[in-house]
Amino acid sequence: MSFRVHVRVMPRGGLLDPQGQAVEHALAALGFGEAGGVRVGRAIELEVAAASRPEAEARVRQMCDKLLANPVTEDYLLEVEDA
Amino acid sequence: MLNVAVVRFPGSNCDFDTLRAAERVGANAYFVWHRDASLQGADVVLLPGGFSYGDYLRSGAIARFSPIMQAVQRHAADGGPVLGICNGFQILCEAHLLPGALMRNAGLTFVSKPVDVMVERSDTVFTSAYAGGTRLRLPVAHGDGRFVAADDTLRMLEAEGRVVLRYVAATEASPLQPNPNGSANHIAGICNAAGSVVGIMPHPERIADALLGPPDGLGFFTSLAAWRPRASTLNVTSR
Repeated sequence: MSFRVHVRVMPRGGLLDPQGQAVEHALAALGFGEAGGVRVGRAIELEVAAASRPEAEARVRQMCDKLLANPVTEDYLLEVEDA
Repeated sequence: MLNVAVVRFPGSNCDFDTLRAAERVGANAYFVWHRDASLQGADVVLLPGGFSYGDYLRSGAIARFSPIMQAVQRHAADGGPVLGICNGFQILCEAHLLPGALMRNAGLTFVSKPVDVMVERSDTVFTSAYAGGTRLRLPVAHGDGRFVAADDTLRMLEAEGRVVLRYVAATEASPLQPNPNGSANHIAGICNAAGSVVGIMPHPERIADALLGPPDGLGFFTSLAAWRPRASTLNVTSR
């Protein structure tokens, strides 16, 4: 079976996110003063061949821990769907 | 003669400057390519600056998995000296040879200018030519130079004296900002527990010749030239 996995990698809460700050300032300058807490991360999509959904998720977690996210500075979220 | 391998990745720069600086102090310096599996008997490994693999994903993240980095891992595990400069520092962090990570500069801009740093560790393979507390003016050129680590890691680095270089103001009236990128504790360079693996954001190889100004960076190379492998670190298979 094949699964489509959406990985969301975000800068860890509490760490300075200058990109998020810059975007927040730009939004305020455009009149969107109500926007706050902006953080900028990265989205990665991939297709994974696996026997089951849990297996696909477990493999992508390993990919995240080894490469897709930096455990020092980033957290990640996974969403698995049938491809 | 000391064998010094300078590792080149697609996107490395300052690799020739690094090679020449090592040659200038009398080392047998040579390039190894990222696809090579052997360091060819290197005593010392230098990871130069640049934008390996286009800095895709994160600076240094892809380079970490190149074949030559497996050899660098073994070299470091055997106690062999490794100096990572700029992108080389980022690669060493991604490879977990040094703790922490280097994130986007706090000001978001690429910073390319001379900065003042203080040598806080003068007993590493790469800083032994400097007296502790020496101030240097070295160029930096990076977009991802903000050193970040967990609070307990930072405390450990400070408690164990593993901050090798720290950004400082030259004088109170100095026009140079003391921290060009927002690094935690103004950290510009660190080392591993043994002091054999060192990562620094400034580029000493760019200011290692008097032709270019006071050669404040030359000491990193005269230091490594003075280093001799101890008997306990000699490894038959790597030589």
